[in-house]
Amino acid sequence: MPSEPAAGNVAGADVASGEVLLVERARQGDAEAFSALISKYERRVYRMARQITQNDEDAEDVLQDTFLKAYEHLPSFQGQSKFYTWLTRIAVNESLMKLRKRKSDRTVSLDENIETDEESIVREIAVWDGTPEERYGQEELRAILDEAIQSLKPIFRTVFVLRDVEEMSTEETAEMLGLSIAAVKSRLLRARLQLREKLTRIFKRKGDQILGYV
Amino acid sequence: MVTCKDFLRELGEYLDESTDPELRAELDRHINECPNCWVVLDTTKKTINIYKGLEAQPLPERLRARLMEAVAKKIGSASNGHDC
Repeated sequence: MPSEPAAGNVAGADVASGEVLLVERARQGDAEAFSALISKYERRVYRMARQITQNDEDAEDVLQDTFLKAYEHLPSFQGQSKFYTWLTRIAVNESLMKLRKRKSDRTVSLDENIETDEESIVREIAVWDGTPEERYGQEELRAILDEAIQSLKPIFRTVFVLRDVEEMSTEETAEMLGLSIAAVKSRLLRARLQLREKLTRIFKRKGDQILGYV
Repeated sequence: MVTCKDFLRELGEYLDESTDPELRAELDRHINECPNCWVVLDTTKKTINIYKGLEAQPLPERLRARLMEAVAKKIGSASNGHDC
C-alpha cells in the first residue's frame, strides 16, 4: 500500500525534526532538553557499554562519562550525523578505554590479524527447537545471550554490537573503530557465526543434527 | 558453481543484501539444494534477530539518579562559568 510508507516517512521526519530541535535547545544550554535526550538514549548507551565492556561498574562509568562529554562537546556537534550516532561514537570510545585499562597487561587490539576461515567456526548444524523467545523467560534468555556475547573477543563483540544491535552502518562502524570496511565485514561475519554456534548448542532440536562441514 | 565454502564466505554480504543480483541468485540456488547451508543461514538470521529484538532494559533507579546528579552538576558548573 503506497500510502503507508509515505505516512511512515512523514512520521519519521517529524520524530527526526523533533530531535533536531531538542538537540538545538540543548546546545543553547537548555537543561530540560538535554535531560530529554538522556531519557531517550540512556538505556541504549548503558546496554552498549555493558555489552562491550562486559563489566557493570565500567558500564556505569561509561554511561555517565558519555553524557557528560556529550554535554561538554555539544557546541561542536554539527548535526552532520544523527545525534545518536554521535553519542554512540563517544560511548564506544569510552568503552574501549575502559577495556584497555582493565586489560592493561594485554593490549585490546581491534585490528589483530584473523586468519581462521568461516568453515572452522561452523560445527553445529542443527535447526532450533521452536522459538527461543517462547521457550525461555525474558531473564533466562537475556542471561543466555549475555553469556554468548561475553565469550566473544572484544574485536568481534564490539563490531557485532555496533552493526547488529545498534544498527550502525558498516561505514559508520569502520569510522568509529578505525578499521577498514573489509575488516568490519570480516569481523562481523565471524562474530555472527561464533554467536550462532554458541546459541545453536543451546537452542537446537535434540537428535536433529545434520552432517557438519568437514 | 557455488560451494559451501563460497556460501560461507559470502554469507555476510548475503545477509546484508549487498551481493550483486547474479551472485545472489547463485547463492539462493545453493541454499535450496544444500540443507547444511540452509540451516546455517536460518540460524544465523535467528541469531541476529534475537539480539536485535531484545529491548534495552530500564536503568536501575540508583544508576539513573547518579547520572542525573552528575549531569545537573555539570550543567550547573557550566552555567556558573558563563556567568563569570
